[in-house]
Amino acid sequence: MHELSVATAVLNTAVKHAGGRPVSVVNLRVGRMRQVVPDSLSFYFEIVARDTVCEQATLELVEIETQLRCRACRHEWSPEIPAFRCPGCGSASVDVVAGEELEVDYIEVEEQETACTGPR
Amino acid sequence: MHRTKVRVVEDALDANNTIARANRDDFDRHDITVLNLMSAPGAGKTTLLERALGEPLAGIRVGVLEGDVQGSIDADRLAGLHIPVTQLNTDNGFGGECHLDANMVRSALGDLPLHEIDMLVIENVGNLVCPAEFRVGEDARAMVCSITEGEDKPLKYPLMFRACELIVVNKLDLLPHLEVDVDKLLYNIDVVNPDVKRILTSAKTGEGVDELRDWLAELAHRRVAVRA
Repeated sequence: MHELSVATAVLNTAVKHAGGRPVSVVNLRVGRMRQVVPDSLSFYFEIVARDTVCEQATLELVEIETQLRCRACRHEWSPEIPAFRCPGCGSASVDVVAGEELEVDYIEVEEQETACTGPR
Repeated sequence: MHRTKVRVVEDALDANNTIARANRDDFDRHDITVLNLMSAPGAGKTTLLERALGEPLAGIRVGVLEGDVQGSIDADRLAGLHIPVTQLNTDNGFGGECHLDANMVRSALGDLPLHEIDMLVIENVGNLVCPAEFRVGEDARAMVCSITEGEDKPLKYPLMFRACELIVVNKLDLLPHLEVDVDKLLYNIDVVNPDVKRILTSAKTGEGVDELRDWLAELAHRRVAVRA
């Protein structure tokens, strides 16, 4: 269910930027903390993209590891489990440096060859 | 035909967040504090609201927006409280959306008595995953986690447990009948969302409900303080 919502949001973003042109690739950066199952997301993307400019598009996923930084002691780490207390000093004041992304980085669109309109 | 790369660099949820900000602006104009209340199905959101809103809340006029895939069972239950309750069903979507998003809440704005309330509690669709992804224009997010769900849920659904500033641990009355370790559950909540505010309740016996009412009143006053 989660992946269906995400796939729809990704599709809408890609369609908005496609300007009516057929889309061949949608490149998505997904942070681990988003808990997205890649196969499931691709499956739903294929379904929701039907009858849109993204119908033939391949969804490329770039997974981003979770990276946390402690505000108190500046320790940085990648947690194995979703643990957000600093393992160095125990502080609860922790920033997520990476891992929350759900970002369409770029799309590739098919352009019609246009005739040269420059001066002859 | 040739292929062109188009740089996008846009959060896929930007469209939702833009509408959520518009909702927020509308709520701000009416001085309404909005709480997005989430949980798994059956954690006790509606029963808690029945308990917590059964008596007037320190002069704060509360309304409820009841999000469900289908039907009005929860809204009908809350109707007895004599506060404004508005039903929002999500089944116009693809088989019934499993969460409320900003646009759905926006579509319900016209049905809400915005001039008559100071606080709106949005009872989201029961689901521990999607509601955490979609802001709806709220000031605060809270969740209910019942002890029948087991100790491990914070570790399995960190997105939800991290999204909230209050976690209500409900159904404490069932403790004698279960093997659940509440300390372990609280520890796991702390692992995922350190120092988050926690209130232990039983919607059945009323245990902890006063503390929840105090928190709701404090949330509404926090807004007044910000405005002042």
